[in-house]
Amino acid sequence: MRRANLNSWLLAAPLTGVLVMFLILPILLIVAVSFWTADAFTFRPDFQFDNYRYLFGSAVAWKVFGLTFMMAGIVWAVTLVIGFTIAFFLAFHVRTQKWQMALFLLTTIPFWTSNIIRMISWIPLLGKNGLVNQTLMGAGIIDEPLQWLLYSSFSVCLAFVHLYTLFMVVPIFNTMMRIDKSLIEAARDGGASGFQILTNVIIPLSKPGIMIGSIFVIALVMSDFVTTRFMSGSQLANVGRLISNDIGLLQYPSAAATAVVLLISVLLTIGAMLRLVDIRKEL
Amino acid sequence: MEKRPRSFYVLATFFTLFMLFLYGPTITIAILSFQGPSGGLTFPMRGTSLNWFRELFLQQAVGDIWGSFRRSLVLGLMVMVTTVVISVMAGLAFRRHFPGSTVLFYLVIGSLVIPSILVSMGIGLLFDRTGLGNHWSTSAFGAHLTWTLPFGILIMFAVFNRFNPAYEEAARDQGASTWQVFAHVVLPLIAPALVGVALFGFTLSYDEIARTILASGSRNTLPLEIWGMTTNVTSPVLYALGTLTTIFSLSLVGLVILSVTIMQRRRARNGSDAGSGIV
Repeated sequence: MRRANLNSWLLAAPLTGVLVMFLILPILLIVAVSFWTADAFTFRPDFQFDNYRYLFGSAVAWKVFGLTFMMAGIVWAVTLVIGFTIAFFLAFHVRTQKWQMALFLLTTIPFWTSNIIRMISWIPLLGKNGLVNQTLMGAGIIDEPLQWLLYSSFSVCLAFVHLYTLFMVVPIFNTMMRIDKSLIEAARDGGASGFQILTNVIIPLSKPGIMIGSIFVIALVMSDFVTTRFMSGSQLANVGRLISNDIGLLQYPSAAATAVVLLISVLLTIGAMLRLVDIRKEL
Repeated sequence: MEKRPRSFYVLATFFTLFMLFLYGPTITIAILSFQGPSGGLTFPMRGTSLNWFRELFLQQAVGDIWGSFRRSLVLGLMVMVTTVVISVMAGLAFRRHFPGSTVLFYLVIGSLVIPSILVSMGIGLLFDRTGLGNHWSTSAFGAHLTWTLPFGILIMFAVFNRFNPAYEEAARDQGASTWQVFAHVVLPLIAPALVGVALFGFTLSYDEIARTILASGSRNTLPLEIWGMTTNVTSPVLYALGTLTTIFSLSLVGLVILSVTIMQRRRARNGSDAGSGIV
C-alpha cells in the first residue's frame, strides 16, 4: 500500500511541481502584494488594508464589478440557449454517426484558431463602413451607419458568444450522447409529446454537461480583459481591465487587491456550481 | 426511413445559421486579405492582389512578425511535449486514489478557472522580484502550462475512465514488467488521445494572450505581436497575417484528424485475431 502511494506521488510530482511554482506561488505573491504600499513610481512591502479600503470605497469599482457579473450572466444565458440547441440537434436529429461526428468537428474547428484573429475578423462586418451597415443602408432600412455595432457592449457580447459557445456545445453534446435512447422511446410510448420529452427527459439528464459548460463560460467571461478591451475599443470596463489598467500605471498593490477580490468572486461562483456536478464522473 | 419531424428542419436551419455566424467573419477576412493595394479594411474590394501577403515578408513594414512566429512555434512545441508527458504521468497517478489526490484534482480545476490575469501578473511579479527575469521560454512557458495541463489531464481522465484493465492484466500474467505493460499495452491504446492532448498543448499555447501578456518579458510571442498590431496597424496586412495563421492552425487540425484516422484504420485492420486460429 505504502509503495503504491509512493508510486502515485512520483507520477503526480511533475504536475504538482508545475502547479506550485506557476500557480500557487504567484497567487500567494499577489495576495501578499495586495497589502503592500504604493508610491507614485514604486511599491514596497507593508501590511496595511488601504488598497482594499480604497477598492471597496470606490463607486467605480462597484459598478465595474456589477457590469462584469452582468456580462457573465448575459453571455451565459445566450451561449446556453445556442449551445444546448446545437448539441440537441447533433445528438438527437442527426441520424448517422458519421454525419454526427462530421458536424460536431465542424462546430469545434474554430476553437483551434486564434481568438484575437477571430475578434479582428468582426471589423469588416460590424465597422462603420462594414458589410452589415452597407447592407442595411443599401436596403433602405437605415439612413446612417449604426454606431453601436462595433466598439460597444453589443460587440463585446457578440464576440464572447462567438468565442465561447463551443464550451457549452461540447460538454452538453457529450452528456446527451450518453443518454440511453430507450428512455426516450419509453417516454414516447408513454404518450409524451416531443416537447415533454425535451423538458422531462433530455434536459434533466443533460444537467451535468450544462453545468460543466456553464463553469467554463462564466469563468472565462468573468476574468476576461483581452476581448473586452479589443471589442469595446477600450471604451468598456470590466474587472480584468481595471486590473490591467492599474498594472499599466505600475499600481501593483491596488491591482493585486482587485485581483484578489476577483479571484474570490470567481472561486465562490464556480465552487457553488461544482457542488452540483461531479466533474470526474462526467468525463 | 422514418419521416423527419418538422423540428428537424427548424433545428437544421438554426445549425446552418450558427455555422454562418461561426465561419462568416473568418471567411470575410480571408477574402479581404486579397484586397488590392489601394483597398481598405472593409468592402468593396479594390481589385485583388497578393500585396498584403507580400508586405508581411518585408521585415520593417510590420515589426517582428517572423521572430515572434519562431518564438511561438518553439514555445508551442515545448509546451506540447511537456503537457503530454506530465498529463500521462498524472493520468496514471489519478487511476487510483492516493493521499492528496482530491486536493491535486481541485488544484487542476482551479488552474483552469482562475482568472488568467492573476496567473500572468503573479508569474510576472514572481520572476521579476526573484531576479530570474521574465522570458518567453521560462515564465511564459510556465504560464502556458497552467492553461494546457488542465485540458490534458481532463482528457486523460476521460481516457482512463473507459480503459479496460483486462489488457494490462493479461500482459502482466504473461510476465510483462510494469514498464513493458506501459510501453507495449497502455501507450499504444491511449496513443490517439495523446495526439489530441498534443494538439491542445500546442494550439492553446500558440494562441495564448492573457496568461502571456505580463509574463513574457521583452520579446513578444505571435499573439502578443498581433495584439500590439491591432492598435497601430490599420491596413489589410492584419487580415493577411490572420489568414496565414488560421491556415497554419487548420492544417495542424487536419494533420491530427488524418493521423488519428490512420491509427484507427490500422487498429481495425491489424486488430484482434482472437478466435481466428480456432475457426
